[in-house]
Amino acid sequence: MLTNLIFIIFLPLIFVGLITKTKAVWAGRKGPSILQPYYNFFKLLRKSEIHSISSGIVFRIAPVLAMVSVFCAAMLVPFGSKESLVSFKGDFFLFMSLLALSKAATVIAAMETGSSFEGMGASREISFTAFLEPAFLLIIGSLAYSVGFDSMGSLFYMHSVNIFNEWSVIIAILTAMGLFIMMLVEGARVPFDDPATHLELTMIHEVMVLDTSGINLAFVHYSAALKMVIYSALISNFLIPGNAISIGIPFIFIGGNLALAILTGLVESIIPRYRISRNLELVIIPLSVALLVLTALIVNNLGGF
Amino acid sequence: MEDNHNPLICNIIDFQSYTEFQGSIFSLWSRGYYPLFLFSSDAQNLYCGMAKDGEKPNVLYTRVPESRAYPSLSADIPAFHILERELWEETGIIPLGHPWLKPLRYPKTSGNKMAAHPFLASDSPSLHEVGVGPVHAGVIEPGHFRFICRGETIEHLEIQLGYQHRGVAKLLEQGDLRRKISLAESIAGDTAIGNGLAYCLAVEALCDVRVPAAIAAIRNIALELERIAMHLADLSALSGDVAYLSGLNFFAALRTTIINSSLAICGSRFGKRWLAPGGVNYGISKEQNKTLRRTLSEARLQIDKAAKALFSSAGVQNRFDSTGSITMQNAIDLNLSGVTAKAAGLVRDARSGFPLPAQADYEVLICETGDVHARAWLRYQETMQSLTMIEELLTRLPDLSNPDREQLPLPVPDRLAISIVEGWRGRIVHVVKTDSQANTEFYRVYDPSVHNWFALALAVRGESISDFPLCNKSFDLSYCGNDL
Repeated sequence: MLTNLIFIIFLPLIFVGLITKTKAVWAGRKGPSILQPYYNFFKLLRKSEIHSISSGIVFRIAPVLAMVSVFCAAMLVPFGSKESLVSFKGDFFLFMSLLALSKAATVIAAMETGSSFEGMGASREISFTAFLEPAFLLIIGSLAYSVGFDSMGSLFYMHSVNIFNEWSVIIAILTAMGLFIMMLVEGARVPFDDPATHLELTMIHEVMVLDTSGINLAFVHYSAALKMVIYSALISNFLIPGNAISIGIPFIFIGGNLALAILTGLVESIIPRYRISRNLELVIIPLSVALLVLTALIVNNLGGF
Repeated sequence: MEDNHNPLICNIIDFQSYTEFQGSIFSLWSRGYYPLFLFSSDAQNLYCGMAKDGEKPNVLYTRVPESRAYPSLSADIPAFHILERELWEETGIIPLGHPWLKPLRYPKTSGNKMAAHPFLASDSPSLHEVGVGPVHAGVIEPGHFRFICRGETIEHLEIQLGYQHRGVAKLLEQGDLRRKISLAESIAGDTAIGNGLAYCLAVEALCDVRVPAAIAAIRNIALELERIAMHLADLSALSGDVAYLSGLNFFAALRTTIINSSLAICGSRFGKRWLAPGGVNYGISKEQNKTLRRTLSEARLQIDKAAKALFSSAGVQNRFDSTGSITMQNAIDLNLSGVTAKAAGLVRDARSGFPLPAQADYEVLICETGDVHARAWLRYQETMQSLTMIEELLTRLPDLSNPDREQLPLPVPDRLAISIVEGWRGRIVHVVKTDSQANTEFYRVYDPSVHNWFALALAVRGESISDFPLCNKSFDLSYCGNDL
């Protein structure tokens, strides 16, 4: 239980730091320390906020609301142990709602600033979500199909990969693929968005928080990172065998997460960003992958070919 | 020396009436001439330069009509629209029937206020406006872009510059013309050599001085080095705009190699103080020659590899291809120059049209499609071509570590000189005239960006607004070169 909390608090910013480091090493540079996102985080905590005159109370509380909802969503996911902090039957509906709530808060805050950039960013972000949510529900629903509607934690455990069963491997790979793409979209990473760009007209996630500063900006950075880590945690849970000794689980978990951070860094180094107008075509991919997961599960349940 | 070789000392063709003046401009335009300049230095005399690659430019002159107004040339020749706006702003002479008469730079002396000249607007509920700048999110120069969009699609873009106006042209006219090199170099910081060379050529033409061939060759080397460095910087920035990290980093590193070569020769990475009127401040010794040739041949291999990776990446092709297209007709109508015009298929380059003394063999490279890909590809091709040109120049360059520089005599009175230099961005034109006391009567500077900015406004119509930064970077125009 304590490991869950430690990972939820400390892993996200290291995850982002490792992505940045990977990109730097690929480019032949030294790059900032993996802990740089922490330094930035604590720097921002010490700074005061500036509010634009057109924004009101929503803009001020939204980042906190978004962070709290992402944090609560993270508590439903097993982070480096078999159990999640909170878990009950059908908790993935709460999980989905919490993620949606955090997004709604960010979008409404962006709209409230009245900036034309932030309005554009909000519209782009929401159009992505419209395609991602059904995909996520379909994946969860498919996994639940074979083991019954249980909690998020057990759902992913029951499907932990078994290398002696080809269907288990297929299902794990497909689900991981779907979740990985979702992670790139939700985390506003290349090829869907470019976190490093300074071009306000091309941003998606970054442009929505252009007016945010100080403590709230620190919260925004943390919740964006935590959101990515939630997805990578879900993927990593596949790697933990059902009969693993509990002392080894955190190590397998953290290994999976760090590997995913490096993979994200490599993807960003190799693939250029897509055209925004074509992004929606690509955001549908997780939905098709989810359908494949369902098919694989059905075939497996019927005893394979 | 042939007629069309730089620098150009031109005769002034005097027209009795404005009607004849205008008629002559129309007739030259229909014969393929394009405008170099249109201005009035004292609101009394009107000068217009018309040029054609490979021919000596024509300088047309007339008195400003009594009514202080004349029928606008822009209605028939769009290329004049920006020059007429400039003329109107500087002197108050009204081009009647100009389609969009607005100030160009808003200098303090003109008393014009931006609020008094609204942007094009629309009441349609399905359109929305996006204003960007003058302060931007990155470290770039100031300029305001006003978009009218339908959702994510750009319907119209209006560009308003002038935030960098420093009065460079006025400063160049004051005092001794022969001591203005550092001012000329700072007309546009990224074109120090291009503008510096144009200044040197113009001043030498006025003073009747010719530099030796070896010195002229060094100047050509400097010009091509600047071209290579800036083309590489653009390829790097274009990669960055599509988040293609390899290109971003490789080209930026290669650019450093090139500008460090300038540093090794003249002590400035941007080539400042390399040139001087009457010669060069820094020569190239035998040692330096050898080092430079080795560095450039290594760079050539690396540039080739980096460019092959860039242009074969499917993701990059997806972003570059068919984005921000302009047509060859646009390029002719708007008098575009440089990579912008050549990428649209227009064969126009001052290096072939108005060759410099001691220039290396040169043939104009063009692309047909006029999109971001064509401009990027052409920058790569021109980089390779410039490397070959430098190689050729270095091979025949004698050992010249401490070049002599001629003392410039006083300028010849009543002489008009034009220098046309193909900078990395396009055609740079400097026009200077001395009066009967050999003082500077006027000094006019025309950066290619003055014309090329309008190409950007046309290119982004119908594009997605998120592709605007990419289109903008593919033109890579100068703000301060335009604002002066």
